[in-house]
Amino acid sequence: MKLWTLLAATATAAVLMAAPAAAQTRIALVVKSLGNGFFDAAAKGAEEAAAELGDVELIYTGPTAATAEAQIEVVNSLIAQQVDAIAISANDPDALVPALQRAMDRGIKVISWDSGVAPEGRQIHLNPSDIDLIGETIIKLAADYLPEGGDVAILSAASTATNQNAWIEAAKAAIPEKFPNINLVATVYGDDDSVKSTEEARGLIAAYPDLKAIIAPTTVGVVAAAQVVTDQNLIGQINVTGLALPSEFKQFIDNGASQAVALWNPIDLGYSAVYLANALVEGQEAAPGATFSIGKVGEVTLDDTNSAAMAAPFQFDKTNIEEFSKIY
Amino acid sequence: MTDMITTGRRLPDRLDNPVKSAALSWESLLVLVALGIFIANSFASPYFLNAWSLSDLTFNFTEKALIALAMALVIITGEIDLSVASIIALASTLMGLALQYGADTPMLVAVGVGVGILCGAFNGFLVTGLKLPSIVVTIGTMSLFRGIAYIILGDQSFKGYPASFSWFGQGYVWWVISFELVLFLVAAVIFYVLLHHTNFGRRVFAIGNNATAAQFSGVRVDRIKFVLFCLTGLMSGIAAVLLTARLGSTRPSIAQGFELEVITMVVLGGVSILGGAGSIIGVVLAALIIGLVTFGLGLLNVPGIVMSIFTGTLLIVVIALPILWRMYKERRA
Repeated sequence: MKLWTLLAATATAAVLMAAPAAAQTRIALVVKSLGNGFFDAAAKGAEEAAAELGDVELIYTGPTAATAEAQIEVVNSLIAQQVDAIAISANDPDALVPALQRAMDRGIKVISWDSGVAPEGRQIHLNPSDIDLIGETIIKLAADYLPEGGDVAILSAASTATNQNAWIEAAKAAIPEKFPNINLVATVYGDDDSVKSTEEARGLIAAYPDLKAIIAPTTVGVVAAAQVVTDQNLIGQINVTGLALPSEFKQFIDNGASQAVALWNPIDLGYSAVYLANALVEGQEAAPGATFSIGKVGEVTLDDTNSAAMAAPFQFDKTNIEEFSKIY
Repeated sequence: MTDMITTGRRLPDRLDNPVKSAALSWESLLVLVALGIFIANSFASPYFLNAWSLSDLTFNFTEKALIALAMALVIITGEIDLSVASIIALASTLMGLALQYGADTPMLVAVGVGVGILCGAFNGFLVTGLKLPSIVVTIGTMSLFRGIAYIILGDQSFKGYPASFSWFGQGYVWWVISFELVLFLVAAVIFYVLLHHTNFGRRVFAIGNNATAAQFSGVRVDRIKFVLFCLTGLMSGIAAVLLTARLGSTRPSIAQGFELEVITMVVLGGVSILGGAGSIIGVVLAALIIGLVTFGLGLLNVPGIVMSIFTGTLLIVVIALPILWRMYKERRA
């Protein structure tokens, strides 16, 4: 019976995998989906924090499909395992709430990080950054290399993308006061699709001959724009910048199509999430105004919805892209 | 002389020994598999044998299993319905819309179930009225129904369902026995009687084995198929009520990918994908097995991708097994 062999093998594997539970704090880092470089990097930071804190056992888990329903199954199994804390990057801010409330009813501490859960479904939310910091950073990335000022354009994701729209609003708000000689001439939408983003970038270059920088606050758009600038031999004339994954973007820092890009540092994010979860397990109260230490990253203060912003986006340029491109 | 011949030969009323054939049946294989996984789980994780864990486990499959009951009948007639997950999305979205206009709990349930039946009837009309192949029709309506949900909701969500509504997806009838589980068990009994102990059920099998012969024997093939599509719609509508209540919110991406999990349950339950054979007990056992496997591996924090590999392998092995067995017997004969 093949089935029995299979079952026996699974059972054996299962027994081997069930590590002996010591008297430790068990913190589960739940991600949107496994097999994603960003979250693997976060798990790396979380492991680091667990090692620093000493008696913390980290459980890194998540579904294969990035759906709320699959994530609820993961949360249910963590509730059954009676973990001490769950730190989750949620696939849906609302759908996870009932499952996480059940976790809290059974004495499990719950925080969300990266992608948040509605306030009633968690005790703390850790944002990688905040809208104003991101908006300001994306303009600063262009302005730093334009001492004389000049025309810049934004290549965004979908026109309905909530995150990008909020960042662009914040960027527009920051320009008059902090970057008076930067002139934002257009905002176009590439829908996070390589082909559409490439066409939109070509359109921008054709329509605005004095364009000095393209700012793409999306990892898909920024690569498309840098590729267009490279293909059209405009390196040195147009600087591409925005939010980019170092591993995908390294070649464009190397060839000079871009001076610098930024993104939140997922390693610090996973690290800080474990520190926050551990503080709650140790009895610290989550309340507006409370200050939490997040180890080497510093400290955060909770606002009136119990959420906190970790730091400004982390900048990658020629000096550090090599190192980070190996991580995520 | 003739007396001697008749007494000398025993004519059995069936060819197989009934005890032996029951022992070799699909259902007993599934029972063994389920027991094996249950025992393996109990040994593998100290948290498995706990009333609340076992209760949480049932939430992993009840909604999909409810649809699988009706899907089994559709597949037995040789048709298929790939639009069930999209029916959930549309029903859930329209429930959310009704909520915005102040609908109360009974009204919300009526909307969810009603939309389900209407979507099913639409599928049924296209298949039986226009004589289109069901796989083509339901691939189309799979995009159509979810598309409407996306048009209504975009990247927004509906939330704020009343507590009395949430009870359908989160409430317990008694101790750890959830409403979802009770509903599933009741539905399973109804479908068991319908398929195995009514004329309607006999006709479903007749259509699956030979639709033309069934037609000429006086079976109203199209009407039965139409009713079956309405039934999968109805069960999808009920699943939409349960899932929406459990999640407490609606997004157009709700229940993404459920159709394949439902079909996996049906096929694992021994229903022939070519039609004509299958049983409700098998489907119920298959749902239980998939629930046990995913929850058991989840307790060990096995990554989801390994779980998919496991369910995929389980499906192939269980389907290949009887075929290999038949080949082995033919070679010996």
